Amino acid sequence: MKKPFETIVELHGITVLRVCRSLLDIHDADDAWSETFLAAIRAYPKLPETANVEAWLVTIARRKAIDIHRAAKRNPLPVEELPEAPTALGIPGIKDTELWETVGHLPEKQRQAITFRYVIGMPYAEIAAILGGTVEAARRASADGLKNLRKTYPGSVQEEQDHE
Amino acid sequence: MSDIREPISTEKLASLRQRLEAAAQSEGLIDVAYRVIDSPLGKLLLASTHRGLVRVAFTNEDHDAVLTSLATKLSPRILRAPKRLDIAARELDEYFEHHRHTFDLDLDLSLSKGFRQLVQQRLPDIAYGQTRSYREIAELVGNPKAVRAVGTACATNPLPIVIPCHRVLRSDGSLGGYIGGLPAKTALLNLEAAA
Repeated sequence: MKKPFETIVELHGITVLRVCRSLLDIHDADDAWSETFLAAIRAYPKLPETANVEAWLVTIARRKAIDIHRAAKRNPLPVEELPEAPTALGIPGIKDTELWETVGHLPEKQRQAITFRYVIGMPYAEIAAILGGTVEAARRASADGLKNLRKTYPGSVQEEQDHE
Repeated sequence: MSDIREPISTEKLASLRQRLEAAAQSEGLIDVAYRVIDSPLGKLLLASTHRGLVRVAFTNEDHDAVLTSLATKLSPRILRAPKRLDIAARELDEYFEHHRHTFDLDLDLSLSKGFRQLVQQRLPDIAYGQTRSYREIAELVGNPKAVRAVGTACATNPLPIVIPCHRVLRSDGSLGGYIGGLPAKTALLNLEAAA
């Protein structure tokens, strides 16, 4: 039986926001969240009952994030001088902020694999389904991402324990 | 990238949800809008399609189960959208405060079929504060032998209170059944008698 869409928003709203925030800045993340659920409610009646709703939503969110990235590239905001605004984030690295900056600079596949694996806790099989490619490739992207992070951000990433 | 570890507050989610509700509403994507209101008979679930009010449910029916059944029977595009039910909520408030005797709402009776729907369409003919027997209703719809079927039509009324099946009693004056439980039926009859 298909759940009312309200329940879908309640169950997966936080996860989708985390995915959007891992791929976009905080305001664009809000837009991506809205667009994800708007697209989802439109398509929801045709979604097969056996579908993994969370993986489906994550796929939509990822596509919306890419759209927003592309739109931003097409419409660069012209400014004469780059603003030198004081940061509201405090001392860099004092929380985990810098780590996620670093994650943000990883190659796309690695960044997404890390996000899906460590923020959402998805199994590699699901990550592979979203990224395209084999389970082994998803595992490798995640491992390479961790290796890169260790290089640029020593001490911040624990050894991966494979808990599948 | 934003700090994805930043905690997500319930206020944050509520504001995103509201934005979704407004966008889905303006694009006509909410097939079933609902809200829950407080009443002297406990919390009432109100649900509406594009055509009108489609369901009123007492707490004893289990609101989650009712919504799941609406998802199956009507559409899974169900969102809590209180504004769509402002008028229905106001009219029910007025009814419980003795200020309203008839409801002036668009109704969607698509959850009922055939004879049951026919009976439910005629029930608002019973005036506020009055009662009829199951037999009299059977006669009214031109099928005097269908007393039992009238009983079923009342028991499966998707819009209790608004469609006044509580005004239908047994021929001996005893209560019969009620979807919201007998205490709710008694309370409604007392409310109307007190006006």
